[in-house]
Amino acid sequence: MSFDRNEFENLAFLARLDVGAEEMDGLVANLTRIIDFFEQLDQADTEGVVPMAHPLDMPQRLRDDIVTEQDRRAMYQGNAPQTDAGLYLVPRVIDRLTANE
Amino acid sequence: MHSRTLAELSAALHEHQISSEELTRHFLGRIERHDEILNAFVTVAAEGALASARDADKKLASGDAGPLTGIPIAHKDLFCTTGLKTSCGSKMLDNFVSPYDATVVERLKHAGSILVGKTNMDEYAMGSSNETSYYGVVHNPWDTDRVPGGSSGGSAAAVAAGLVVAATGTDTGGSIRQPAALTGITGLKPTYGRVSRWGMVAFASSLDQAGTLTHTAEDASLLLGVMAGFDTRDSTSVDRPVPDYRASLEKPLDGMRVGVVDEFFDPGLESGVATLVEQAIDAFKGLGADVERVHLPNLGLSVPTYYVVAPAECSSNLSRFDGVRFGHRASKPKDLHDLYCRSRAEGFGDEVKRRILTGTYVLSAGYYDAYYLKAQKVRHLIADDFKRAFEKVDLLMGPTTPTAAFGIGEKTDDPITMYLNDVYTIGVNLAGLPAISVPCGFDAGLPVGLHIIGNYFDEERILNAAHMYQRETDWHNQRPEAFA
Repeated sequence: MSFDRNEFENLAFLARLDVGAEEMDGLVANLTRIIDFFEQLDQADTEGVVPMAHPLDMPQRLRDDIVTEQDRRAMYQGNAPQTDAGLYLVPRVIDRLTANE
Repeated sequence: MHSRTLAELSAALHEHQISSEELTRHFLGRIERHDEILNAFVTVAAEGALASARDADKKLASGDAGPLTGIPIAHKDLFCTTGLKTSCGSKMLDNFVSPYDATVVERLKHAGSILVGKTNMDEYAMGSSNETSYYGVVHNPWDTDRVPGGSSGGSAAAVAAGLVVAATGTDTGGSIRQPAALTGITGLKPTYGRVSRWGMVAFASSLDQAGTLTHTAEDASLLLGVMAGFDTRDSTSVDRPVPDYRASLEKPLDGMRVGVVDEFFDPGLESGVATLVEQAIDAFKGLGADVERVHLPNLGLSVPTYYVVAPAECSSNLSRFDGVRFGHRASKPKDLHDLYCRSRAEGFGDEVKRRILTGTYVLSAGYYDAYYLKAQKVRHLIADDFKRAFEKVDLLMGPTTPTAAFGIGEKTDDPITMYLNDVYTIGVNLAGLPAISVPCGFDAGLPVGLHIIGNYFDEERILNAAHMYQRETDWHNQRPEAFA
């Protein structure tokens, strides 16, 4: 298989990775080779085989619905690039309403 | 002092032949002297180590000490450690100081071990050569032009060169066993669920497992006894008792059934490595084991299966690195999308990007069934092969790697060539089984590892077999001359 530029750009969009023009060709070539390598899987007859998502056959454990964690927001936010009043700051996602709206 | 095993150093501490502070200073001195060449450490925690050593000495003096009290160790830099940088070998986490300890770190600290530093690794544990780290390549102490293996290459190089007596690692596709083999030490990957993953930076959650890098199986048994056990904070942690691994080390191997995996002896296996591994298996016959050939017919598909499953889980796990809550953030983002995309592009290296893109691809609409679901089905076939084999035998054996350590830069051009280096180790992770690599000789001066695989939660038998082999052989006592 091979990726066309649009397909690859969509993939990079889904992965939230900015891919520069200079790395694009190398990454496309690598990815093409990796996906081609997966074609080997077609050799296996998997008719009726149940997909294995996890190595151990175990049920999901439940715990009592009680609060166990302490509030450590201030400590955790010590690692954040930008915070204010206990909030994580990101670029504006909703445009400011103008006065006459 | 640095050529001794953990068990020997523990005895010396308990007999007051040496103090923990002296021992810690000795290893810190060796790190200072040799790590410029090896690049095995990302962080050295000298001050904290010496303070812990003085505490340990008080405990040793009062008799309130266990086998790990006062023993200097290192953690792979993906275990969270309070107040220390936890980089995962990535620019993304270069500024991340962990607010808490991983369960493994907490347990080893509680047992009195001394944390001397955090070891270098392939970025996000994605690599088999330690060449993808943001902090640079780690060098193999046996030949510094060669790789130490990966991804726990810093831990392996540090133990092999005697910069520390033991280290933790993680194994998602061979990342403990392969570097252990390539540096001439003992590397144990426990059963999935045996050791808590809490506080480990996640790569592929259904495959990741913490383990040990040591000189001997006995040392591994001492560490595993502390690291293993139920943890409510890891939903895949298994609630079953932890045996006294050391107690069963000396059990005679008479009548133990050993299966030699035919598929491991493929055309990719270098003949020098094959000969050493066959000699090691013969030694087990001498120890009383019954050896037979076994087949794992689907094992040949384990590399493509793994490289669908692991990147799929990686693309999901690594979506948390968004430049918002922690980690690298791009400057002057024009909007939120730009913040995500540029923070990730700047923070992640090439191999991590390749795997995120591969994982995103195999999970995306239209390809999910053909790749991800198909790989999960083949994973089941591979696990069933192992199950069938363990109905007939107690342990499986073969080589850990197809070749001894390769040259730095030799395999970096083609990702598939690098991926094929994990051909013998990956099946074990897909099935979730425990396995160990023990030194079994030298091919042209470079160490080679024997791979011993056990049934689920049968670490006792693996360690027993490895220990009995090490009682008969001297390979695990060899140390690289350049770091004597």
